[in-house]
Amino acid sequence: MAYRTHVMACTGTGCVASGSFEVSRALEQEIAKAGLSSEVQVVRTGCQGFCAEGPIVVVQPDGVFYCGVKVKDAPLIAQEHLLKGRPVKRLMYTPPKEKAPVPALRDIPFFAKQQLLVLRNRGLIDPERIEDYVAVGGYTALAKALTEMTPAQIIEEIKRSGLRGRGGGGFPAGVKWETCAHAAKERGEEPVVICNADEGDPGAFMDRSIIECDPHAVIEGMIIGARAVGCREGFIYIRHEYPIARERLEKALAQCREYGLLGRNILGTDMRFDIRIVQGAGAFVCGESTALMASLEGKVGEPRAKYIHTVEYGYKNRPSNLNNVETWANVPLIVNRGAKWFGSMGTGDVSENPWNGSSGTKVFSLVGKINNTGLVEVPMGLTLREIIFDIGGGIPKGRRFKAVQTGGPSGGCLPDSLLDMPVDFDELTKVGSMMGSGGMIVMDDANCMVDVARHFIKFLQEESCGKCVPCREGLRQMGNILNRICAGEGQEGDIQLLEELADTVVNISLCALGGSAPNPVLSTIKYFRPEYEAHIKDHKCPGGQCKNLVTFWIDPAKCNGCLRCKKDCPQDCIRGELKQPHSIDLVACIKCGSCEDVCNQDAVVVR
Amino acid sequence: MDSRAKVDALIAKHGYDEAAVIAILQDIQEEKRYVPADMLRHLAERLHLSLARLYGIATFYKAFSLKPKGRHVCCVCTGTACHVKGAPTLIDKLEQDLKIRPGSTTPDLRFTLETVNCVGACALAPLVVVDEDHLAKMTVAKLEKGLRSYR
Repeated sequence: MAYRTHVMACTGTGCVASGSFEVSRALEQEIAKAGLSSEVQVVRTGCQGFCAEGPIVVVQPDGVFYCGVKVKDAPLIAQEHLLKGRPVKRLMYTPPKEKAPVPALRDIPFFAKQQLLVLRNRGLIDPERIEDYVAVGGYTALAKALTEMTPAQIIEEIKRSGLRGRGGGGFPAGVKWETCAHAAKERGEEPVVICNADEGDPGAFMDRSIIECDPHAVIEGMIIGARAVGCREGFIYIRHEYPIARERLEKALAQCREYGLLGRNILGTDMRFDIRIVQGAGAFVCGESTALMASLEGKVGEPRAKYIHTVEYGYKNRPSNLNNVETWANVPLIVNRGAKWFGSMGTGDVSENPWNGSSGTKVFSLVGKINNTGLVEVPMGLTLREIIFDIGGGIPKGRRFKAVQTGGPSGGCLPDSLLDMPVDFDELTKVGSMMGSGGMIVMDDANCMVDVARHFIKFLQEESCGKCVPCREGLRQMGNILNRICAGEGQEGDIQLLEELADTVVNISLCALGGSAPNPVLSTIKYFRPEYEAHIKDHKCPGGQCKNLVTFWIDPAKCNGCLRCKKDCPQDCIRGELKQPHSIDLVACIKCGSCEDVCNQDAVVVR
Repeated sequence: MDSRAKVDALIAKHGYDEAAVIAILQDIQEEKRYVPADMLRHLAERLHLSLARLYGIATFYKAFSLKPKGRHVCCVCTGTACHVKGAPTLIDKLEQDLKIRPGSTTPDLRFTLETVNCVGACALAPLVVVDEDHLAKMTVAKLEKGLRSYR
């Protein structure tokens, strides 16, 4: 049945947590009440990216974008917009600093500068229906790869496209596939393909969103990859913290089997292939390829030395072609539209040598102190400024940009002097950070860079598998020093000691976790050294985060005695009467900052 | 079903393969909310693996617990986005209120306090996940009320 209007309700993790399933059910009920059930359909889509404004509902084909939709808004949308054709202004998005709402999704600055390849189907299809994916051209790339191309041609196409691993390393995918196919042939051993969906980087949720909005794109990529290297077995290793994504993958795989896209005689050819989902068990290090494969074998996830490549000896010593979710999702596009088209986007000329640049797009999760939190996909080579200020809408509450952290826990913090740097694999590495899987955490002047470094070191110390001593013990010592500095007990020479330890950890650890672990410390020392010195020499925390070094104080000249902070104080340690300046009992104060959050007079001073 | 029969049933479901160990332990953890020692022992016997090996796995992965967890798991996201938006203060407050450290359980088994590295819902930072519920944009002031309904 054809519908005149589709109501696309976002059901990505962010919106689900804000109640989007309830909203979509309420919309269905209201649509039925209005007698529109045969004309209007509610579609539950994957993550639409603008998570800050969730739950999100887009009415198509009008392209009207509603945000922050609640169950009680459903009658209004059904009656006003769907029945009478009058879009509801109150629910539209209004950019900060502007007064008029923007009705259409395509006009919202957050969406306007993005270029959607991997997320091409976001908000357009129901991820739980294979029919939807097929309707937008899904599985045509697979048909092309199986009937018109030889495995060698597929590999050549991927190689010439310059596609580099989106998991962080940036290794050219085509080269990897070629090595895998070669190793399999040489040793007569059947290879496996693996999809790494163990997205453990804090502040990164690209892979989860890709799976949630378009699971079939990942599966199609994997089947093409299996064809290219000639294998019958595939795995998707997914974090157990991602229940919605896992469920959608399971449904998608079942549909593929039903449609003859997995199993024996795929699309009537002699190809045989199937995929199994394996759930992680909460270990960050399992995102590292060798640890992941150990975990697949039912072992403790410890990485091993990299001089034996997993493409040759990986899972159960078989040649293993492991790629990240985003990498796999790019594959159908490249097969369909060609290497030349893909290579034309991004930086550098990759047609001869994939190391020459970064082609295609990259999905980033834009989080932290930023107005438009969410998921964005942009061509490689866009500058940080364009991503953070044009798409991300800048820093909230009129605060000043201080740093952006890229590359997950092993990446680095970049200051405002590097904002005009183009973002690609090589540029980020050059300045001491890395692409990582694509998390971008924005920090403002109320964040303390020493505290951020300490946060990452603590994270990595907990997640270190413990195999190599420099990583296990070195990170602990670095953590101790950083704790000391944040507590106001830093000593002269601590910075040099940190640098020395970092050098040892980088050079003597086996895997990438240890090899890049000191990056957050080194990059913050490099770009924010005065902050370290302020902690050590002056016992001051410029960001106001290190609790031992700050006190909260109410400026009596600014306080208008509104009682708001007094009401919210969890310690009941604010004294004062209505319209009289308040004061904080410094002994009972736990420095939680809730008074600072609620004060609309800027009277709470942290110093 | 007694615990030995349960382990046997899980082995039948996931296969007599050492690669299935993690999946089997996950099922046990989900049902019992911890991995009981007798089940771990029985699993080792049946799969002909050393108990030390299974103990290693059960303690390496964060998803497994060898001690019973509380009725509600209160999990503070400490991903970077939540960290810069105030997760450490939430943990301080919870430690103070529940009188336990992250990773432990209240004596009345009401709450287990945990931290998670990131649940990928950074737009809702700082986030506290109680059982399956996401308590979004938490503040110290909202925390007490948010937890009241979990008995």
